[in-house]
Amino acid sequence: MEGNTAWVLTSAALVLLMTPGLAFFYGGMVRTKSVLNMLMMCFGAMAVVGVLWLVFGYSLAFGDDVAGGLLGDVSQFLGLSGLLGAPEDGSTLAFVAFQAMFAIITVALIAGAVADRVRFGAWLLFAALWATVVYFPVAHWVFDFSNEDTGHVGGWIANNLGALDFAGGTAVHINAGAAALALAIVVGKRRGWPKEPMKPHNLPFVMLGAGLLWFGWFGFNAGSALAANGLAGVAFINTIGATCAAILGWLLIERLRDGHATSLGAASGVVAGLVAITPACAFVDVWGALAIGLVAGGLCALAVGLKYRFGYDDSLDVVGVHLVGGLAGTLLIGLFGTVNANPDGVDGLFYGGGVEQLGKQVVGAVAVMAYSLVLTFGIAYLIKITIGLRIPDEAEVNGIDEAEHAETAYEYSALRSGGASSIGRAADTLAGKVPANASKEGATS
Amino acid sequence: MKLVTAIIKPFTLDDVKAALEQVGVLGMTVSEVQGYGRQKGHTEVYRGAEYSVDFVPKVRIEVLVDDALGDKVVDAVVEAARTGKIGDGKVWVTPVDTVVRVRTGERGTDAL
Repeated sequence: MEGNTAWVLTSAALVLLMTPGLAFFYGGMVRTKSVLNMLMMCFGAMAVVGVLWLVFGYSLAFGDDVAGGLLGDVSQFLGLSGLLGAPEDGSTLAFVAFQAMFAIITVALIAGAVADRVRFGAWLLFAALWATVVYFPVAHWVFDFSNEDTGHVGGWIANNLGALDFAGGTAVHINAGAAALALAIVVGKRRGWPKEPMKPHNLPFVMLGAGLLWFGWFGFNAGSALAANGLAGVAFINTIGATCAAILGWLLIERLRDGHATSLGAASGVVAGLVAITPACAFVDVWGALAIGLVAGGLCALAVGLKYRFGYDDSLDVVGVHLVGGLAGTLLIGLFGTVNANPDGVDGLFYGGGVEQLGKQVVGAVAVMAYSLVLTFGIAYLIKITIGLRIPDEAEVNGIDEAEHAETAYEYSALRSGGASSIGRAADTLAGKVPANASKEGATS
Repeated sequence: MKLVTAIIKPFTLDDVKAALEQVGVLGMTVSEVQGYGRQKGHTEVYRGAEYSVDFVPKVRIEVLVDDALGDKVVDAVVEAARTGKIGDGKVWVTPVDTVVRVRTGERGTDAL
């Protein structure tokens, strides 16, 4: 049993690394003047959601059901009360840690939709509200299985509906993707989009981030077996197969459509494949995984063009990759599922199982998408009319890094340096001799 | 005195520099610049979205020379920088009134 705990703890650390990986994946895609803000949105999600998870998030998601499969009992594990030290093998706390990382990355995923333009404070508030009202309940629906031995009652998608989602195609990717769409619409377009060129400023960062995401994703998928067993092995293998196939799928579409296989396409294919295999990774065989990856890579490569057609500025394609990839993986279980991979799974349509499971998958996917869309619209609109979501136009044009964090990521020119006088000014500020904003006039002119 | 300014393709810089040393040029100023002429720019594609990059990277060379050397320098640059393809660049010559060497205060051709 301790061996299982060791694997889940290891997986939790792997999944934590996904969020800094995501920060670089996203950070490389934005412009020089806003890379720090993108990294900070991801690290900010870690900070806020990590705290909330320990205080009440775990209890909302995995406490005994109090609302017909919709919500856990918030008071049951408040501050993880009663969980320390029990059971002896440490499996429960390992699970708390593992699931904490899922909550964090799901919120961080949304950040890519609103790059370059959202006030940092407003983002942190959004992260807190969205995690509480959207993620924690949906995690309960999808991940909280009932247990007859202990009398624990879990969420409706996992237990009543019986839709299959091994590692979070619905709760993580469809959920974050739908939220990204709603938030991008409420926040509005970046100044100049889509007429002004907004090229990725550092594609090596993007590929580095994709590599870190893939590495961490083995914990995400294989760790979701919650044991060091054969099922973890199946999930691990499929996380290789689908991802490799998705790179090929994305690059094939690019080569045919645009004439070149690009590095951004390869990195995006990695993520599209990982997203799509997430719900399916323990329910399909190698052929299924390769097919899901290939389809998801090609489909997402086409889907990232939707924002230009419909006019929403989902800046880094969270909708095109996570919503579309999540839907693809969740629904394709209904076609490619096979009990050969997992006796607790089902046979999908292509394996002689009929359309029943496909129907359940559709209901689970649509329910999460609709809930996330509606609630996110509400939360975003609430923040917009109260404290406001966006930074001023001028700050956005000059760069959000300087406006929101008083930093710039790269120092190119010696001419821009303030030299020793600015150090003196900082010391004076710390000593209270001059107000902190006295030096800003020079910096923003 | 003359100021010879040349806009050339970056990869020809080494050849141009060697050619200038051959005709007796003792110093030059080089900068990386961007622009376009007949060559225009190129197109990049990110996740299917096309971006046209209008400005092409070029190198600008500036050389101060004695009047007598002007034509030889221009010919040397043109010969070394020519590939025969579009975008090879341009060379032009402008008259210069005064040159001063900062270290010594020498003026005119002595400062070259």
